Amino acid sequence: MTDAQTIAGLYESLGIEEPDRETARIVVHGNRVVGAHLVPGLEVRTEEQIEGIAARIVVRAGAKIEKPVHLCFGMLPERGNQHIQMNVVAESGSEASILAHCTFPNAVEIKHTMEAEIVIEEGASYGYFERHIHGREGGVLVFPKAKVKVGENARFKTEFELIRGRVGEIDIDYETTVAARGVLEMVARISGSGNDQIRINEKARLHGEGARGVLTSYIAVRDRAHADIRNTLIAEAPYARGHVDCKEIVQGEATASAIPVVEVRHPKAHITHEASIGSVDRKQLETLMSRGLPEDDAVEAIIQGLLR
Amino acid sequence: MQTEKEGHLEIRELTLELGGKRILEDVNIDFWPGHVHAVIGPNGAGKSTLANTIMGLSGYKEHQGDILLDGQSIKKDSIDQRAQKGITLGWQEPARYEGLPVSAFILAGAKEKTADAARDALDRVGLDPDRYMTRAVDRTLSGGERKRVELASILAMEPRIVLMDEPDSGIDVEALQRIFDAIQFLKGRGSTVILITHSLTVLENAEHAFLFCHGRLIDKGSVGRIANYFENQCTICDAQNGKEFRVMQPGKGEE
Repeated sequence: MTDAQTIAGLYESLGIEEPDRETARIVVHGNRVVGAHLVPGLEVRTEEQIEGIAARIVVRAGAKIEKPVHLCFGMLPERGNQHIQMNVVAESGSEASILAHCTFPNAVEIKHTMEAEIVIEEGASYGYFERHIHGREGGVLVFPKAKVKVGENARFKTEFELIRGRVGEIDIDYETTVAARGVLEMVARISGSGNDQIRINEKARLHGEGARGVLTSYIAVRDRAHADIRNTLIAEAPYARGHVDCKEIVQGEATASAIPVVEVRHPKAHITHEASIGSVDRKQLETLMSRGLPEDDAVEAIIQGLLR
Repeated sequence: MQTEKEGHLEIRELTLELGGKRILEDVNIDFWPGHVHAVIGPNGAGKSTLANTIMGLSGYKEHQGDILLDGQSIKKDSIDQRAQKGITLGWQEPARYEGLPVSAFILAGAKEKTADAARDALDRVGLDPDRYMTRAVDRTLSGGERKRVELASILAMEPRIVLMDEPDSGIDVEALQRIFDAIQFLKGRGSTVILITHSLTVLENAEHAFLFCHGRLIDKGSVGRIANYFENQCTICDAQNGKEFRVMQPGKGEE
């Protein structure tokens, strides 16, 4: 299979068009970079490794990358390992967002791991949106791990979405520190079914004065799937503000737990939290049914809304 | 979905107990098709319970008596089956949905499932479609906005019978006028509208009124007469809070 065919296959599995030539992109299949296109202000160095790649991404100081940079990680075969070692620096005053797609459409036994170190320097803004597309068998192990430093007046927003295909097993482990007046927003949207296993362990320290952070998880589990969500937010500086929000819908024999851990280490800091786990809200359900939707369709509409 | 418009709703000897307490007592009502009716009464009269029972909500299905739609019993029908026959309910406090876009909510039960249908419905309740179609039906909408979005979903459904529980609850004057306009629009399309209210302002938008007290229908008739009685002679009576049940007699007071 040629690189062009591989790229076409990956994008087809994602159900999206290949980005235009004004959009920066990096396409990784297994341990090979099969396509890359960069734009001014964005530097990427990649190194192929035995089971994956190491990538260093630098957004140069003051650079403003207008269109989201497309990253595509994936494997078309049924079996294999892919390990991504990522080192990201958004230099001071820069702006960029990454749209990362991870696709394993035929997975029977695939392990996808990522270890990332992300530094967002003073006044920079960096977004990382990761969307997973898995096959129907759930044979994927996904272990993303990241350490993030958000500098003064910097912004970091990350979203993780896995709502197409079976999860398999996922274990998200993010640790973030936020300096003065920095802003952090982390959102996870995951839908599990079959015997999927979902674990999220997000920890953020609002370390500087006026730092702000929100950790949000929207999870739906059905059949015999299990979700275990632990979001930890620590505020240790004056005027640090934060919120932890976890909503889980549980159907069938699925189970879920949510532990929002909030810790305030300064009298002028403030953190709130909210967690709800349960079946679909009766009033939401009956409202949609009173418009004529059968119960199953109404449940699906509510879940899709939650995960949107 | 619903077929012909008609929409004659009959309540026959309806009695309902919740938690061992009788909430509705031998209620008999004919809601004539194509008219705007009001069920009025003080708090705790059983008005919302009547609406929930007609819609078949969970907890309101184990009742005596029957509910007929165009002569056919709907007692055993589920909520969605009743809705597919053309009955729907506007809630006193509409539900919130995390992430569900307004457009998807409106089109969930819409007769015509097109973006234009959703936009038209929003326009009719005074919400700018460009601003609201993609917003979520969640806490970022005010109570009044949610009420109007819900009404838009009802308009798009084109129901035969609309139960509207406290349509003026939690909304401002401008929004209230939009709701009154929508009621007349529904009537103009041949829908039967049943307003559940304790507000004389809402009552004025109806053509017929049914006065409830402590789970019983105690009078029915013209809006003017029922409004006059409800405003001037309907007082808190001893039947509240499980005390002795007394039936108010319009024009006579309690007996």
